[in-house]
Amino acid sequence: MKKALPVDVVVEMIEPGSILMIGGFMGIGSPHRIIDALVEAGTQDLTVIANDTGKTNYGIGRLINSGQIKHVIASHIGLNPETQAKMFSGEITVDLVPQGNLAERIRAAGYGLGGVLVKTGMGTLVEESKQRVHVNGEDWLLELPLFADYALIHAHQADYLGNLAYQLTATNFNPVMAMAAKKVFCETNEIVPVGMITPNEVITPGAIITELVAMPHRHH
Amino acid sequence: MHTTLNPNEIISRRVAQELSDGMLVNLGIGLPTQVANYLPKDMTVFLQSENGLIGLGARPPEGMEDEDLTDAGGSPVTAIPGAARLDSVFSFGLIRGGHLDMTVLGGLQVDSCGRLANWMIPGKMAPGMGGAMDLVSGAKRVIVAMQHTAKGTHKILNECTLPLTSQRAVSLIVTELAVIEPTENGLLLKELAPGVSVETVIAATTAPLIISDRLSVMKLD
Repeated sequence: MKKALPVDVVVEMIEPGSILMIGGFMGIGSPHRIIDALVEAGTQDLTVIANDTGKTNYGIGRLINSGQIKHVIASHIGLNPETQAKMFSGEITVDLVPQGNLAERIRAAGYGLGGVLVKTGMGTLVEESKQRVHVNGEDWLLELPLFADYALIHAHQADYLGNLAYQLTATNFNPVMAMAAKKVFCETNEIVPVGMITPNEVITPGAIITELVAMPHRHH
Repeated sequence: MHTTLNPNEIISRRVAQELSDGMLVNLGIGLPTQVANYLPKDMTVFLQSENGLIGLGARPPEGMEDEDLTDAGGSPVTAIPGAARLDSVFSFGLIRGGHLDMTVLGGLQVDSCGRLANWMIPGKMAPGMGGAMDLVSGAKRVIVAMQHTAKGTHKILNECTLPLTSQRAVSLIVTELAVIEPTENGLLLKELAPGVSVETVIAATTAPLIISDRLSVMKLD
């Protein structure tokens, strides 16, 4: 069994300079309570791997505004002008990665692959400083795994073993990120007794979840 | 009636004719999204949204949104009965693995080989490519839906001045003036919008055009 911990206790475990994966797509399916607590804690010099940086001061955008992020690896920052402004001013560095390559690089890290061979990005700016590989008579681009110290993810439901079920398009990068980090911190819409999430519904097994974030109290 | 259509309506109506029953299709954000409005009512097309859904439905009425159900732009949508939720790895596996029948995307520039630039204006706009590079590299058919010029500035050029989205040529270019197909020999002008002349299209296009001997007029009804 896992005892769910208050969110401020969970974020205290994250050291300055950590590499974080943060789930979500434009804030949908992002761990907003963990992000808020991280802003409160003020942990500095973070590298964030995520699909996007949310919107201005929303989702991952809160950590952009607070100045805690030094490097971003993402597929899209277009809906957060603040990220673009800080990138152009040199305050943060940004690696833009095609969304499918990003997903596969995270998957490679989590699934024990030394890299993935892809077509996406060949002959474009994405190819810069990457290796081309000739296999089966075809050219491919070698994309390397992306690892993190911590995956900060969101699920719809957890049980007290840490088994997770996701909801609709709030699923996105959360399941794959749970596989690619040394430690996985998860917040949820609810935590239910063990057994309520049936074996068929479990997408991420509790065995790989490090800490569950406790729900805010509702009854007092 | 065609004179009353605005450019985006002409483009959307014409692109809608490329879709057929049972197709799995990804419509990009913006103009391509409007294509869904012009599909025949009896046609079932499975719309994919790369953030993780097959079976994208219309925007819900106000007050009936679900916070966990949006399109790739983050706007609330519905899921049709029979829809499927996908995580990002699976969603891009569909796109990159050749399972997606068609994608419709906007464009900034297209070159004489049919290669698209639609993700970056160096020094001005660096939003990131999102899923665009995967879609152009992986979908079975790629249709560019865009206005023919940007307020008079040509967009169909000999070579793109903006960074390319993919080395792979797109399948079809649909604008408010014409339908153009990239071929091995160059860009083939296949259709003209009603009331538009070949000369008008040539004057609005920098890349050389081959005029099809079966040149026809777009049917927009």
